[in-house]
Amino acid sequence: MKTNGKFYGYRRENGRVGIRNHVAILPVDDISNAACEAVASNIHGTIALPHAYGRLQFGEDLDLHFRTMIGTGSNPNVAACVVIGIEPDWTQEIADGIAATGKPTASFSIERHGDINIIAAASRQAKEFVHMTSGLQREPCNVSELWVAAKCGESDTTTGLASCPAVGNLYDTWIPEGIYGCFGETTEITGAEHICAARAATPEIGQKFLRTWQAYQDEVVEPYKTSDLSDSQPTKGNIAGGLTTIEEKALGNLEKIGKQVSYIDVLEPAEAPSSGPGLYFMDTSSAAAECNTIQAAAGYVVHCFPTGQGNICGNAIMPVVKITGNPRTVRTMGEHIDVDVSGVVRREMTIPQAGQALMDVVIQTANGRLTAAETLRHNEFVMTKLYRSA
Amino acid sequence: MSIPHLLVHDRRDNVGVVVVEGVKAGMELLAVVTEDDSDFTIATRHDVPIGHKIALTDLAEGDTAIKYGVDVGRMVADTGKGEHVHTHNLKTKRW
Repeated sequence: MKTNGKFYGYRRENGRVGIRNHVAILPVDDISNAACEAVASNIHGTIALPHAYGRLQFGEDLDLHFRTMIGTGSNPNVAACVVIGIEPDWTQEIADGIAATGKPTASFSIERHGDINIIAAASRQAKEFVHMTSGLQREPCNVSELWVAAKCGESDTTTGLASCPAVGNLYDTWIPEGIYGCFGETTEITGAEHICAARAATPEIGQKFLRTWQAYQDEVVEPYKTSDLSDSQPTKGNIAGGLTTIEEKALGNLEKIGKQVSYIDVLEPAEAPSSGPGLYFMDTSSAAAECNTIQAAAGYVVHCFPTGQGNICGNAIMPVVKITGNPRTVRTMGEHIDVDVSGVVRREMTIPQAGQALMDVVIQTANGRLTAAETLRHNEFVMTKLYRSA
Repeated sequence: MSIPHLLVHDRRDNVGVVVVEGVKAGMELLAVVTEDDSDFTIATRHDVPIGHKIALTDLAEGDTAIKYGVDVGRMVADTGKGEHVHTHNLKTKRW
């Protein structure tokens, strides 16, 4: 079904479309969180993105840190960005990466100046950025310009029956219209990796997925496991919700990618897609806040998050639309739910109807409606780290 | 159609999911197969929470549990038709 859908978004300097208009105060490293939070406290209309890392990282792990920082600042939901770090070199490198999008960007390093001077200077700059961006007007955009990520959490058996198929229906409907999609959760595909590999657009892409999946088994599970992953996958919440095995969880998870679309590339964590519109697999953790953070850093502007038992996570810059098919979760923690598709398990609602209900809320969210997670101030921003720092 | 108590993804499945609260031992459950909207009834032999599974047929230790029409693990205890299926009698073949 063609939606011919329009929404009102912010068209950025590089042509991408954002659905939020944040002035982000981005710390390069853990010890610059305090200055960033002080600036955000001083200046209304800004958001600080504190996190735990950024010092003494090296190699692939440092590359991922930079990619996540630059990608976050570059996300079209960010109108302007103030970058603060302890040392000037990395700080400038990240600010330059963000400024390449054409958006207003400034960098401040604390060494030889101290927090108080930098907080004052960065606050003045942030205030100017708020004046520059707060009057920007939304303009009509096509649904095809949306980048929509997905990841499920606190899954149970209803996610595979209702909420994940609703997201799958959104992708089956909107991917052909030209949106970018993204799913991930490398470990959580275990038990259905052969089915996932078969959903790649070509056998080569399927092999690339299987290499990514196998690498996690070989490089992380085998060296670090103490018994097996049974205490982590499925989680205690999954088990309480009725999921018994990783195979069962994986099959429910994969319902998110629908019945018809195939993925056209396999992305590194936080890697921006570069093969054009379509669905992408990203190598991510299955932990909600980590996965969402690197999907946002890859440029996704809105997120569809099916939950069964009630995962409450959001994201600092990318609105997370929460969808559930579990009537008990609707009843007991409804304030976290944006789209109730529990009618599916009562056979009162079809999957296409659930998908349409989700697409309606995604459009409303793109127009500016705050999600449940946004109203509850779930501003999770969690870096993925590959190994110990030096 | 009445609201189903139990949903089954695929006709080949040998487990189904309880989708209402308050299922008690001995209840006659209305089950619907989502693949083709066919329905049947089955008596449960345990109190089963919403989201949890019951066996649709007698299963022996070593049997493969089928859901979504595919392998979701190995039965590690004999389980009768209508009995609760979860971590006490079903294990992954993976980790």
